Amino acid sequence: MDKVLFGDNQFFAVNHLSDEKSREQAIRFKDDASIIRVLDQAIETGINTFMCTTHDRIGNICNHMRANPEQYRDFKIYPCMPYAHKYANAVTELGILGTVKQYVPGNIFSTFTKGGLAYISKDFIKLMEIFIDAEMKMFKGISTPVIFIQNVVVDLILGLKLFDVFKEYDAYIRKKYDAEPGYITMNLPALLDALNSVGIENPIICTSINKIGFRMSGGKEIYEKYLTEKKFRPIAMQVLAAGALRPTEAVEYLSRFPKIESVLFGASSKGHIQETKELIEKTMS
Amino acid sequence: MKIKAGIIGLGKMGLSHAAIVNPHPDVELTGVCDTSSIVLDAFRKFSRINVYDDYKKMIDTEKPDCVIIASPTKFHYEMVSYAVGKGIHTFCEKPFSLTISEGEELVRLAQEQKVINQVGFHNHFIGTFRELKRLLGAGVLGELVHFTGEAYGPVVVREKGETWRSDPRGGGGCLFDYASHVINLIQEIIGVPVKASGSRLKKIYSKKVEDAVYSVLTLEDGLTGMLSVNWSDETYRKMSTSLMIMGEKGKIVCDATELKIYLKEANQKEGLDKGWTIKYITDLAIPVNFYLRGEEYSAQIDNFIACIMKNKQSEVNSFAQALKTDKVIDLIIEDSKR
Repeated sequence: MDKVLFGDNQFFAVNHLSDEKSREQAIRFKDDASIIRVLDQAIETGINTFMCTTHDRIGNICNHMRANPEQYRDFKIYPCMPYAHKYANAVTELGILGTVKQYVPGNIFSTFTKGGLAYISKDFIKLMEIFIDAEMKMFKGISTPVIFIQNVVVDLILGLKLFDVFKEYDAYIRKKYDAEPGYITMNLPALLDALNSVGIENPIICTSINKIGFRMSGGKEIYEKYLTEKKFRPIAMQVLAAGALRPTEAVEYLSRFPKIESVLFGASSKGHIQETKELIEKTMS
Repeated sequence: MKIKAGIIGLGKMGLSHAAIVNPHPDVELTGVCDTSSIVLDAFRKFSRINVYDDYKKMIDTEKPDCVIIASPTKFHYEMVSYAVGKGIHTFCEKPFSLTISEGEELVRLAQEQKVINQVGFHNHFIGTFRELKRLLGAGVLGELVHFTGEAYGPVVVREKGETWRSDPRGGGGCLFDYASHVINLIQEIIGVPVKASGSRLKKIYSKKVEDAVYSVLTLEDGLTGMLSVNWSDETYRKMSTSLMIMGEKGKIVCDATELKIYLKEANQKEGLDKGWTIKYITDLAIPVNFYLRGEEYSAQIDNFIACIMKNKQSEVNSFAQALKTDKVIDLIIEDSKR
């Protein structure tokens, strides 16, 4: 994995510190062209990996990439599925079964050989595979070497202790997409233990790692212990703790853990992207 | 000995509670109950938790120390009565009850049975709103002049969908689902509303229930403010709740991420400058051991469990406090018919 991964929160009005700021972002990135412009600037600074949710608008970005294959030849996407708010709002509105009906593509009865929904309820793994395929559709023809499940889903499965689901996900991503499965979590220690318990070794885990312990559940100390002692491939996110830390001190903290393979960050201006990338590469090499 | 817990209702909130309570070091989640076979089958297949489609059977068989009730609102009364009647500590999702008389009965029953009771108004476990309450209590704004309570989000953004949330008799609609949070915040942080005027329950996309609630609320001390809530606002990515409070000494705007304080003169005791001071959630968040959708969801369950262990009723979000919110909901409904 590249040392620097470019994130997409800024494009979709995700700001953990200010609702006002997120509205400004929504206005600035109203058009897909404005997102593509910033992505191109990131590429100019030498960034080659875009880690993004399976938001509908990413589909448009993928269309643009497919239409300009030369320009994006070395560019990789790490999809993070699902775009949770889409489903969360649907569950509130339609219920769980209604959501399944709405998002399972095509005719649900033809997807399953017989029995339709009654059959689905007995075959969750098939259902999971259908959802994954639906989310992955937009990336057809684009290099996606690592495919993540979003933290809301990872942490829901983790909390419910349905660990075998991780095992099935892991196997399917490797088999169907020839990609490495990745996990985003707000509960690193518990997740790593759970993955190890079902035989998943040395997983790619993207998690909050920052000097002030923001969104590091169970406390900073246990995270530091895992970062020092356990075997996994960490990607650090929320490294600025939603803006509470200055970049230099934030990255200096990360450099204490040589195990961290990559840092995920998002920014909206070329200067800011360049600066952060150089800082990470210089401090963490 | 671990506290034995059961969960009734496995929709969005029930599943979320299950995922939070299950890893809790002091709790053993032994039973879950729902009527959806797809959800129950998933638990049967992948977890060791016992599943039920009848809540009475779950309670009678598992004999839990506590239950979390996250069913549609119209079932709260019978389910809470049954659990509390058996002396089981009960956490109930918001809104609490559909009618005031039922709510009053549940409050009385919980007191008689001496069970720990809590309702899921999770905003009180968000650091910024807590700090707002503390600052108002310390009188940083002086005498209050006006307030606005708002919540917006994209739940119903087109005409479709029929669930219990689209049934006005089942506790559906923006007033019960969304506005109840704001009313509860106003009631606990600023003061209890005793009168609603100019209330409008507006349908936008839903056929049977309101998608927006607008009202002028008068509090016990005569202070007035505005309630503006709309769950059909797609300019918001997710539910966004905020309070603005205007006082003679300044103003505070508070949401789940930041607290913006403007003071005409510095307040040295609180370390607040003249002009703007911004406090961020990064400094105010309540630390939790397991995070799912926000610290507040874990923190409220941690609080409920801690109260059970100490056998001391929670100071926040009791049935009695939730009943006050239901009464305000009633005031708004009555006023909207005028």
